[in-house]
Amino acid sequence: MKKIQTIMLSQMLALATASSAYAQEVMTLDQKVNEVFAEVTGPFVGLIFAPFPGTNFPWIVLWLVVAASIFTLYFGFVQFRFFGHAIRLVKGDYSDPNDAGEVSHFQALATALSGTVGLGNIAGVAVAVGIGGPGATFWMILAGLLGMASKFTECTLGVKYRNEYPDGTVSGGPMYYMSKGFDELGLPGGKILAILFSIFCILGALGGGNMFQANQAHAQISGIVGEYPGWITGVIFAAVVFAVIVGGIKSIARVTEKVVPFMGILYVGAALIILIANYDKIGWAFGQIFEGAFTGLGVAGGFVGALIQGFKRAAFSNEAGVGSAAIAHSAVRTNEPITEGFVSLLEPLIDTVVICTMTALVITISGQLIMDPATGQFTLNEAGNAIATVGDTSGVALTSAAFGTSISWFPYVLAIAVVLFAFSTMISWSYYGLKAWTYLFGEGRMQELSFKIIFCIFVIIGAAASLGPVIDFSDAAIFSMAVVNIFALYFLMKLVKRELKSYSTRLASGEIKKFKN
Amino acid sequence: MTTKLVVGLDGHETGERALAYAQNLAGLIGDCEILVAYVIEWSPYSFQTAEENAQRHKRREEEISTAKERIINPAIKKLSDAGVKTQGVVRHGDVATALNDISKENGAQQIVVARSSEGGFTKRIFGSATSNLVMSASVPVTVVA
Repeated sequence: MKKIQTIMLSQMLALATASSAYAQEVMTLDQKVNEVFAEVTGPFVGLIFAPFPGTNFPWIVLWLVVAASIFTLYFGFVQFRFFGHAIRLVKGDYSDPNDAGEVSHFQALATALSGTVGLGNIAGVAVAVGIGGPGATFWMILAGLLGMASKFTECTLGVKYRNEYPDGTVSGGPMYYMSKGFDELGLPGGKILAILFSIFCILGALGGGNMFQANQAHAQISGIVGEYPGWITGVIFAAVVFAVIVGGIKSIARVTEKVVPFMGILYVGAALIILIANYDKIGWAFGQIFEGAFTGLGVAGGFVGALIQGFKRAAFSNEAGVGSAAIAHSAVRTNEPITEGFVSLLEPLIDTVVICTMTALVITISGQLIMDPATGQFTLNEAGNAIATVGDTSGVALTSAAFGTSISWFPYVLAIAVVLFAFSTMISWSYYGLKAWTYLFGEGRMQELSFKIIFCIFVIIGAAASLGPVIDFSDAAIFSMAVVNIFALYFLMKLVKRELKSYSTRLASGEIKKFKN
Repeated sequence: MTTKLVVGLDGHETGERALAYAQNLAGLIGDCEILVAYVIEWSPYSFQTAEENAQRHKRREEEISTAKERIINPAIKKLSDAGVKTQGVVRHGDVATALNDISKENGAQQIVVARSSEGGFTKRIFGSATSNLVMSASVPVTVVA
């Protein structure tokens, strides 16, 4: 017995040494990766986030906002005209009962939302408000409202040009509408755009959709249980992700599917409770938001700073124009592709206009942002690049502290929520990346398996260390998806307009029937 | 006029009892057709992963053909062998709502189901499909013990 114990102990020791050696290896490898990455990708990151000459306004932010404005005008404010119709579609009023058992509008919307609701709503908003002040919220809401038109455009095309295979499965997304749509219009270059988009999508999936999430999840867990090596979180996360995407362990995915919406509701619920408890300050907070939007209220960068932060964080959060949602929405069962476009325009509304605004209001009301009572202006921190906060917090920590002022135990719930949101975002992006991968390399078990294994390895790398340059790069990759996607959308939007005209006429004439009353 | 009966099967022995009862009833009525129905529990408001969504159509077809093969076809064969006119229906949705819809669409006079085969937590929270059907059906419901 003792002998067995000794053998077991020595084996465990050997395992521990091996893993710590592995950890060191990961760290050094990681540093090397950082260095090489920073050098190779620096110019690319610089190009994507380059400011307009003489300003600090990144051109990519303007690219997204201008596109959203153009789509809004081109489709005659579709996000407001068809808002009620979108709600009725989600409710299933227009769903054919004979299609019961197929993917409903609600399910496609919920799946797409689980990919976007996450760190952007919790950490991103705190960054925006921390740097740009409450006024950033105004610009964020505006960007969210405009972004609804971008989502509408890309998701309509996503369904219209998806691939339906003989076995009944579907594949859709920007790469399909780029190649098929350009062919239909007789334009050259669709295939090249599709390949370019797929490459950026894979990079974005491995970066922002994976490493960044794993990294932030580890930061949250270690913030509660104390510091420990990131690769441990990475291995555990990778194992769970592997079990879901490779092992097909549906139960884990099913638990997450149930828990994530619950967490979302809990988060909004907690924010509502805080807002109701502080109802007397809501008017003041909105006053801060409107006033700050145009005056800056003494924040870093003035009102332009507030504007940039608001626009940038809205884009990060709701991914309108990026093209990722078109992949998620394309699985819906409908004979009218445009109906999914209508449904998808609810996504930026829920993600940005509702959830992000709630976070911003809670932060503003909590008093975590330090204000000079004499002038009524915000005080800047020592570095002068953000508003000074109680306890010098930023990002998730700021949101956590803001909720903590009203509900003391909420930071723990928030930590769990962040980890789960990170996990669900990873699962969603693993799928987006996979679709881009199979577009490039063909559908097949081996192709899929190779991508999924690469994806799991990147979970470990992501959690193992702080990967500043890699994260910069992955953010840049996600935004470069938007460069290619929006470029293509400008050519393809007339196809969507055609659909919109035909659908509106048929809806008005009663040809499109309601099944439920 | 042919009397139509809808029999809800659940893939369990309890469903068999409902079928046997309906067969007996059909014999007594004479001019009677039995619609054997199986409802696959499904909600359009559930949460799924993107991958599950992409494969949903395929899975739905598989679910329907499995239900036909294992539950509906044996029941149809049993009834036809006994000389009873019969049809099979497989549908996705909420059991109580779907059975009621099937009976309305086909102008059935009665629904025959077995006593609930589910139990425990779900039953406490949501009630059983059978009791929901009894409360919401627009035609008489016979619950077989």
